[in-house]
Amino acid sequence: MSTEQLSARPDGVRRLENVVIRFAGDSGDGMQLTGDRFGAQAAAIGNDVATLPNYPAEIRAPAGTVAGVSSYQLHIADHDITTPGDQPDVLVAMNPAALKANVTELRPGGVIITDTDAFTALGLEKAGYESDPLTDGSLDAYQLHAINLTGFAAAAVADHNLKRKDAARTKNMFALGLVSWMFSQPIEDTVAYLRKRFAAKPDVQAANISALRAGWIYGETTEAFASVYEVKPAPLPAGTYRHMKGNKAIAYGLVAAAHQAAMPLFLGAYPITPASEVLHELSALASFDVRSFQAEDEIAAIGAAIGASFAGMLGVTVTSGPGMALKAEALGLAVIMELPLVVVNVQRGGPSTGLPTKTEQSDLLQALYGRHGEAPLPVVAVRSPADGFAAAVEAARIALTYRTPVILLSDSYIANGSEPWRVPELDELPSLGIDLATEPNAVDPEGNPIFLPYARDPKTLARPLAIPGTPGLTHRIGGLEKADGTGAVSYDPDNHDLMIRTRQAKIDGVDVPPLEVDDPDGPPGSGADVLVVGWGSTWGPIGEACQQVRAQGLKVAQAHLTHIAPLPANVASVLSEYHTVLVPEMNLGQLAGHLRRETLIDTVGYNVTRGMPFRSSELASVITRVIAGIADEDGTAAVGDVAARLAANANANKQDATLEAGR
Amino acid sequence: MSEVNEASGATADGGAKRAPTVADFTTGAEARWCPGCGDHAILSTMRGLLPALGVAPENTVVVSGIGCSSRLPYYLDTYGIHSIHGRAPSFATGISINRPDLSVWVVTGDGDALSIGGNHLIHALRRNVNLKILLFNNHIYGLTKGQHSPTSKVGTVSPSSPHGSLDNPFNPLALALGAGATFVARTIDSDRRHLTATLTAAAAHKGAALVEIRQGCPTFSAIPRQPRGSAGAPSAEADNPASPEQGPIRLSPGLPIVFGANEQWGVIRDPSTGELAIGHGGDSRVVVHDPGTQNSTYAYALARLAETALAEPPIGVYRSVSQPSFDQLFQERLATARPGGRGELRTLLTGVDSWQVAG
Repeated sequence: MSTEQLSARPDGVRRLENVVIRFAGDSGDGMQLTGDRFGAQAAAIGNDVATLPNYPAEIRAPAGTVAGVSSYQLHIADHDITTPGDQPDVLVAMNPAALKANVTELRPGGVIITDTDAFTALGLEKAGYESDPLTDGSLDAYQLHAINLTGFAAAAVADHNLKRKDAARTKNMFALGLVSWMFSQPIEDTVAYLRKRFAAKPDVQAANISALRAGWIYGETTEAFASVYEVKPAPLPAGTYRHMKGNKAIAYGLVAAAHQAAMPLFLGAYPITPASEVLHELSALASFDVRSFQAEDEIAAIGAAIGASFAGMLGVTVTSGPGMALKAEALGLAVIMELPLVVVNVQRGGPSTGLPTKTEQSDLLQALYGRHGEAPLPVVAVRSPADGFAAAVEAARIALTYRTPVILLSDSYIANGSEPWRVPELDELPSLGIDLATEPNAVDPEGNPIFLPYARDPKTLARPLAIPGTPGLTHRIGGLEKADGTGAVSYDPDNHDLMIRTRQAKIDGVDVPPLEVDDPDGPPGSGADVLVVGWGSTWGPIGEACQQVRAQGLKVAQAHLTHIAPLPANVASVLSEYHTVLVPEMNLGQLAGHLRRETLIDTVGYNVTRGMPFRSSELASVITRVIAGIADEDGTAAVGDVAARLAANANANKQDATLEAGR
Repeated sequence: MSEVNEASGATADGGAKRAPTVADFTTGAEARWCPGCGDHAILSTMRGLLPALGVAPENTVVVSGIGCSSRLPYYLDTYGIHSIHGRAPSFATGISINRPDLSVWVVTGDGDALSIGGNHLIHALRRNVNLKILLFNNHIYGLTKGQHSPTSKVGTVSPSSPHGSLDNPFNPLALALGAGATFVARTIDSDRRHLTATLTAAAAHKGAALVEIRQGCPTFSAIPRQPRGSAGAPSAEADNPASPEQGPIRLSPGLPIVFGANEQWGVIRDPSTGELAIGHGGDSRVVVHDPGTQNSTYAYALARLAETALAEPPIGVYRSVSQPSFDQLFQERLATARPGGRGELRTLLTGVDSWQVAG
């Protein structure tokens, strides 16, 4: 919302190309719902929208503290955007802790809306403020609107028989109404939403709607803000659109895949953040023949999914990193039994419990190599929330076609983020039906028809699948090495070597589309010198960073990997066309190492593991430096750098301790 | 086995219909167990039993874990999975709850089911998944060469416990009853008639059936049956009900639990505490065996009786009560959710708050 993006209109409404808004409050203040509704309203008027919720791992951290702050950032634009934005232009802070935790990220000159009701002596103390920031001048660089949101909301709902506490809880809807007015958004969709959501609680329903309308009216009548803004619809391809979250997109992609395969979908899962929502979504879809099973642990979850696949379902399991570790042995079994299976890993910060609600891309090597024995399997990565749908369909396609487990990598950023999604027509979806074996496929030496479960399709190397209930095709499979063809237990050395190479060749031969390069300055080799290669959720920030760099008149190319195993056949040739290949990752260089192994091409890494997605401006400056030939210190493994940071921390702690002692 | 199973078994073969035979359930693979191992007898019993159940081979699935016992699926000509250590109930659950037309068996051992796979076993039992779980209990790890197992008695000398094991053993039946199992039985590999009758009863049960099959390991236990001679073991006097010379008590529904050459002993219940003990066969307090007792306290007390009062635990069906199987509930839930068949995918994908872009 920088000033050059503003254009005044005669009616006083100023048009914006894009704006970034962050709603922040205590985890009990309903900020996720508020943000979600604002995004839905923006999407409904045709804006492009990208969102980023951010919440603590604890369900209810101590109220009023910085640790308990939950926020929801939205980027809305009149053009195609792929990230939730770097810096908020508008910050709605429902209490002092929310202000403290977020104000440093607000753009200088940005708008702050706060609830004065929460700025009590106690509230300030809990947040760690020594003086009231609303009056001490520390917010002079911003446009501060200190409003008694709680008081106005409570007054607006006075007629609805709510307890005082419940009345105060409608303050989030008052704030939403106010911000909706500020950005010229109709609130009728949200009114309809509240009617449905609180249908069983008429008082709560009426109060929330009253508070929402009161917020809007407050904005209109008090002329609280100097300007009212408007973000025009973004040009999008024709079609039906909806607001889509990453976890839901994956769930729907899996349902669509099972539909296209004419198979029931079976999900075995064990609750884990941030993947549980896929379990919740699929559990609600029994009417689509989705069979959802909450298992006793991660191992049983994949076990049941493998059993279901053996029995003729499309078997799926969803988890996050720690759960992947537990599933590793069973994945090996699925590899050797050559059964279709989709394993979704919604990555989070690790190792161990790590940062369970924050994002990271640090399970790539686990996906590629994290099993015992030679156990290759395809790895597909989701690039954005809405892409979860197509990526899940693609993972299922590979699993069914090649009779193999496939790992689908998402992450916490994608899981909770949302964006508009064009709903596909059913005839745009691929047909995923496979032919199950119904007849013997060979004859024994005596001429009797027999079934060879490990015969191969010469093109795909896939084996035939015969499911229980099929007469004449009874067979046993398991973890012991199989004899080629018969699938009988075999300890023969040559057979083991052949089977290992066959399983590898099958995965190496998976049909994946070539890597596409976005290089507006010419075909690879004659355009930019620097290529930025990403995978997974860095697609959005890398794309916007490249646009920013090009806007400066510099040349840069972008390529993004959806298939990481096997890699597209042209990866080495594409990479070798560029002088420098930059690989930004939210890990310490896992894709870079994989690319080096697979292509012998060295890349330049940019690696940050702060639990937060890259900012596009941050990446733009990295790209600019790389174009200028400045080697970037990524600090990945430099002991000296780490030691310096440790020393700085120790120093800071000492100073803190001195301050404490001085009080 | 459920009625569904029996129906599909009878109609599975679209061609010439004939009753399945032992040969239909026999693969060409040679059984690779040690000579004298009871697993041979169990396999032979299964081959005889399965045709009698009237389920076609293609509608039978046998899932196993890891260990000597878990090789069994390779020798039965049905559908089968030789899976990973301890996890067989999870694979079997995925098969059974999705395919009520199949008869699903789990073959496991004391290490597989009670050590590495303890979690899956108790959850399959508490859910009452329609699985027939055969737990081969030889009180030792055979395939890994003789280490003590979770059912080995305290003091078992083994390669990993050269000075005697320290940990208390599980009582598999007591564990199963604690997990809420609806069918719990105990039998021995050396009595084919009892084995056949017990497995037949398990097969007829709708829901999870746990059958402990007690056996010895001819290679790693010097004495077939469980190790003896540890501190506090009963003496071997012939007139002692706890003498190893006494065969195990055989439980029969509806009959008083009496044993000994002249039925001179019986299992009596203390009316004040409900505890079971060994008393005289003519005692009016001798218990009449009723596996249908809803409250599992009786079966639990019976399951633990041998720990203190007998050399060998009683064999037979300890508990058999009727409760809806998880499979049935799972299928009913699905059927309720889609009364008119599958929902419209496009409607789902479009949702309720979509909007149109003209382009």
